[in-house]
Amino acid sequence: MSENTTGTTPGRDPNKDATIVTGSASAATATSSATDATTAGAADATAPKKSGRLTRGQLTWRRFLRNKTAVVGAIGILILVFMAVVGPHLSYWKYLDIDTANFLQPPSSNHLFGTTQAGRDVLAMTLHGLSRSLLIGFFVAIVSALIATLVGTTAAYFGGWVERILLWLIDLLLIVPFFLIVAVVTKGFDASGNAAWVMLAFVLAILGWMVTARVVRSMTQSLLNKEYILAARYMGMSSGGIIVRHIVPNISSLLIINIALGVGGAILSETGLSFLGLGVQPPDVSLGSLISQGSRMATTFPWIFGFPAIILVILVLCVNAVGDGIRDALDPTSASGGVLTLTDEDEDESLVPTEVAIPLDAEDARERDIRKAQA
Amino acid sequence: MTRYILKRLLNYAVLLFIAISLVYLLAGWVLNPYAVYAARQPPVDPAVIEQMMLRYNLSHNVPLLERYGVWLSNIVTSWDWGRSPEGAYVNEQIASRVGVSIRLMLIGTITSIIVGVGIGAWTATRQYKISDRVITFLSLLFVSTPIFVIGLASQVLAVHINRTTGLNIFEFVGETGRTGNYPFAAVFDRLQHLLLPTLALFITSAASFSRIQRNLMLDSLGQDYVRTARAKGLPYSKAVTKHALRTALIPTGTYVAFTVATMFTGATLTETVFSFNGIGRYLVETIGGHDVNGVTAVAAFSGVCVIVGAILSDIVVAVLDPRVRLG
Repeated sequence: MSENTTGTTPGRDPNKDATIVTGSASAATATSSATDATTAGAADATAPKKSGRLTRGQLTWRRFLRNKTAVVGAIGILILVFMAVVGPHLSYWKYLDIDTANFLQPPSSNHLFGTTQAGRDVLAMTLHGLSRSLLIGFFVAIVSALIATLVGTTAAYFGGWVERILLWLIDLLLIVPFFLIVAVVTKGFDASGNAAWVMLAFVLAILGWMVTARVVRSMTQSLLNKEYILAARYMGMSSGGIIVRHIVPNISSLLIINIALGVGGAILSETGLSFLGLGVQPPDVSLGSLISQGSRMATTFPWIFGFPAIILVILVLCVNAVGDGIRDALDPTSASGGVLTLTDEDEDESLVPTEVAIPLDAEDARERDIRKAQA
Repeated sequence: MTRYILKRLLNYAVLLFIAISLVYLLAGWVLNPYAVYAARQPPVDPAVIEQMMLRYNLSHNVPLLERYGVWLSNIVTSWDWGRSPEGAYVNEQIASRVGVSIRLMLIGTITSIIVGVGIGAWTATRQYKISDRVITFLSLLFVSTPIFVIGLASQVLAVHINRTTGLNIFEFVGETGRTGNYPFAAVFDRLQHLLLPTLALFITSAASFSRIQRNLMLDSLGQDYVRTARAKGLPYSKAVTKHALRTALIPTGTYVAFTVATMFTGATLTETVFSFNGIGRYLVETIGGHDVNGVTAVAAFSGVCVIVGAILSDIVVAVLDPRVRLG
């Protein structure tokens, strides 16, 4: 995580320094200093180490580590990923296996999480569903952030009719209920097995980028007037190059935050759709479809519903905790990352003198000015 | 402001028309109304099915664009949104289900907004204290718990309590059930059925409102104007309520406007878990039943709600925030 932020996000100061040079320099020197501007970010990552200062990545990493909930969440995710990857190889039962001797059995040493009506092992199904949910969650979050970046930066950079059409497309997709489109597509194409979840992931990603794209657009607009982007334009750098080299690195915090917070949302969408029977199709299993299987008998045979539900809640909780932690660590203005705010303790009399002191000081200063003028 | 809103409305109307048309074409293309009759026992004569499909404007032997034309002219001339593959009128379905959805969501939505915003603002003033930490964790937990898990867990608990007490305290299937014969028995029965779904909706929505409000409040508490107010000698409570809270409520107003407007589209998952026949469940049923006209009508209805929400939130911001001028 720390390498990532150091690599893609240039520090603010070096960019500013470089642009001052570019702004006043002639065309010839502009070329060299503009390349400075692009390499400044990379240089920034290594240079301060010598002088003992922290890089932005290290600072972010520290801020993240200070957030205990987020650290616990990160450890939780690692454990869940480990379970999803290694678990199926360790357990005797595979998620498709049917134990004809045990139908609807409560948890036992043979079946740790019990069995379903069809005699399938709930633990194996839960682990399989967990890996499905993890894969879909991360895939959807990353791909929709990529689409949002592409659309948002393009709209802001080119402006004019390109922008109008893209904004219009965003509004159009926001009006149509996204749940409905995903469901219609998965239902209509009637994909089964592996094709179903891959298609579900793609459709979720294709329909989940609009709000982020709007934010990306407005952030890009605020960057367009920056001198280093003007310089790059005058140098004849291609539009795509400017977007990739200058704009995307400067909005990368936003993108990372969006990906981190989007994973939880994507998992909730996927499990919700699967719960309704409109997502992952049998014989494939997702946490949502497993919970749905258990829901019909939740009050009499609670383990089919209970175990996958607990795993799902832990997963989304960890993902959201990490997302919150990353947002607070990356966003320098985020107050929830820890800034001084007014507290109850401020409400004591000691503040009164300072209140009086301000006008007195001002008066003193004016008196001094008057005396100076008289002298 | 009226001119601005009219302009927005016109723009949205065009957008909505295109969106609905696309949904109709997509649904007409991928859904297969014939499937509804395919599994019937005894089998239905294909000629009879085809006749019905022709009558309901669902036949695959008619080109999609032609069906679209018939569908559109029916809406424009007689506000008829068509019929399901089994012949039910979409208009009637929507009309009866909107009421169910509103009855389900009204109490939960309003209470969760008030309580959620209140809790969020309060915890922000107590950042890092035990109460803040506990409530922040709880809201993170509830935001991370899918509403169907909350609903099902509450059902399991309810059955347990009902069994141990031997009384029917909790009901969780449908809108109404058996009623006793005492005054207001029907009202009490409805409220009893509303209790658990409302609780599930309340928990999820209050948690997300409190998270939003806490972040907004933390931002505004750190602003210079709050410090200035304190430095002028304003008591802490006044500085917080008059200066910090007021500004922090403006963005919440847009969320509230949106939430209230989209309340009408129902809550698909809650309605499914608690067997309420609202709009949300209708959406799932229409897709499952390959009901092209029904799907499009639900899409149009929720599209209208989204647009109303967007315009409402514009108005709310313009009213609350003196810096914003519409026009």
